Amino acid sequence: MGGDGLFEDVDLTWVKRKGTAFYLLCLASSLFGIVMLGFLILDVLYEAALGPIEFEISLTTFLTDPASRHPEQAGYLGAILGSVWLMVLTVILSFFIGVGSAIYLEEYAPDTRITRLIEANLTNLAGVPSIVYGLLVLAVFVNGFTLGSILLAGSIALALLVMPIIIVSSQEALRAVPSGMRDGSSATGATRWQTIRHVVLPAAIPGIMTGTILALARAIGETAPLIMVGAILSAIRLPSGPFDSFGSMPTQIYYWATAPGPEWGHLAAMAIVVLLAVMLSMNAAAVLLRNRYEKDL
Amino acid sequence: MSTDTDPSQGFADEIVRKDNAENRRVRRGLFGCAAITVLTTVAIFVVLIDNAFGFFFDVRLYEATLQGGATQQITFTEYFTGARWAPSHSTPDFGILPLINGTLMVTVGAAFVSIPIGTATAIYLSEYARPEVRSKLKPALEVLAGVPTIVYGFFAISFITPIFIRPFFELFGVRASFFNALAAIIVVGIMTIPMVASISEDAMQAVPDDLRNGAYALGASRHEVSMGVVLPASISGVFASYILAISRAIGETMAVTLAMGAQPRMSLSPLVEMMTMTSFMVSRARGESAVGSIDYQSLFAVGLTLFVMTLAANLLNDYIKRRYREVYQ
Repeated sequence: MGGDGLFEDVDLTWVKRKGTAFYLLCLASSLFGIVMLGFLILDVLYEAALGPIEFEISLTTFLTDPASRHPEQAGYLGAILGSVWLMVLTVILSFFIGVGSAIYLEEYAPDTRITRLIEANLTNLAGVPSIVYGLLVLAVFVNGFTLGSILLAGSIALALLVMPIIIVSSQEALRAVPSGMRDGSSATGATRWQTIRHVVLPAAIPGIMTGTILALARAIGETAPLIMVGAILSAIRLPSGPFDSFGSMPTQIYYWATAPGPEWGHLAAMAIVVLLAVMLSMNAAAVLLRNRYEKDL
Repeated sequence: MSTDTDPSQGFADEIVRKDNAENRRVRRGLFGCAAITVLTTVAIFVVLIDNAFGFFFDVRLYEATLQGGATQQITFTEYFTGARWAPSHSTPDFGILPLINGTLMVTVGAAFVSIPIGTATAIYLSEYARPEVRSKLKPALEVLAGVPTIVYGFFAISFITPIFIRPFFELFGVRASFFNALAAIIVVGIMTIPMVASISEDAMQAVPDDLRNGAYALGASRHEVSMGVVLPASISGVFASYILAISRAIGETMAVTLAMGAQPRMSLSPLVEMMTMTSFMVSRARGESAVGSIDYQSLFAVGLTLFVMTLAANLLNDYIKRRYREVYQ
């Protein structure tokens, strides 16, 4: 028995090399996504910057005018307002029904077949391709109730799309409320609903709002359902209300990105910058809300 | 030992009755909200099947039921085995195979990108990364998942194709078309990486440290623990993430429409323009087809096919999660 130890003849070089190679592979994979995100952002910013610089697209026109057939007169305002309208209506349509469903499932629902069916159905709805919601609204509302391709129809499609997301995130927010708070309220003789209204909901509302804002940030970039219900791809005028025809930020991007001619691509990139900025602010708002209120529970 | 007051006595009686009635009313209302989600699924089925029936039989399903019969205008054989898709051509053909070909091309190709990279990312996050690295990498991946698909489409046609794909294949003297399946595969692969990574990582995190420590005690290296212990122990969750990513790729619309073009074609070359089921639907919706025309109804036949495919993937995902879930305590 030598003084160098029992395992001196064991050669671990290859095991170590394999380990290092594997580690580097995993690290490279993790960075791949980030690098691609970097490329994407740089590409969009570069293309967007070329718009005003090389093609003299006016930023003021871009932000204050509706779209036009001439690239130098084309603006994004019609699309922006269309998206604002869509978001407002989508919130109204989806928030109360979504939160109501979550309350039912978390606070009331007995563990029966029907409840399990509703829960299983929710996971499936979340996996339905967004374009199918567009098809549903096209058949039922646009052509069935002959509403036509109006803003309201677009927001119905988006509301159906975000409903599962709002329900699931609201359920999580409700679940995070400690059951001691419910028991305390029940012990004072409050009914289930009084407990929910005065104890559970106030505690859960920041989480519910966070989930809703994140869901809307997803909805504002959705293109396919709006194209299916017949959104105007190029918003050449401002929408006047829920029963007007409409454009939106993502459909406008689609239109410009596919239009022939070099200027349009830069308009699309500028429009993407605006869309991403809006989404980023919504996400930031959601994070702020979460950090501000989360610790209070 | 009951301390309850007798509810039939005193003024509280009326209040309790009203409160309970309100509680029941609210409960019914909230159940109604939850029922809407089920109604949505039912409506999707009814609308798709009804209109797709119109596509195959020229009458809507409810009309056919009332009249008790319908003649088939497009046979299922033609639809499912026909190799030419030209619904609005003067000599129309309704074989969905070219669209399925495009969809499978993107789905399978994207899986080859997102599954290895996503799994390796999950292993890195779960087994290697220090907490401070992890807390920066995860939000970055969330951003990647939050980028709208139309932006990925723009990225494909303004960067991936002109700067990456075309010069690369030019080196070998192969000309890639401006719209090509490879660009779509790459961007759909990138956008599904976060999905694979985050769900797989959750599953890996759920593997108890006892298993890892047992392997380390036997002299296993970190690489051997990752591949030999953690990955097998979390395989149901990891598989579930693959299926979700595939289901998402099947239904992916805008990135594919922009990157890959709109030319239905039977081909296995990733360098040519192709059409998927979803990009057909977008191109048809752009071209205002009259309600009730076969053109319009073809939307729903394709939509139903798409819906059934994603539904099958989702159900498979549910099944795997339930059947193969390992419960650690």
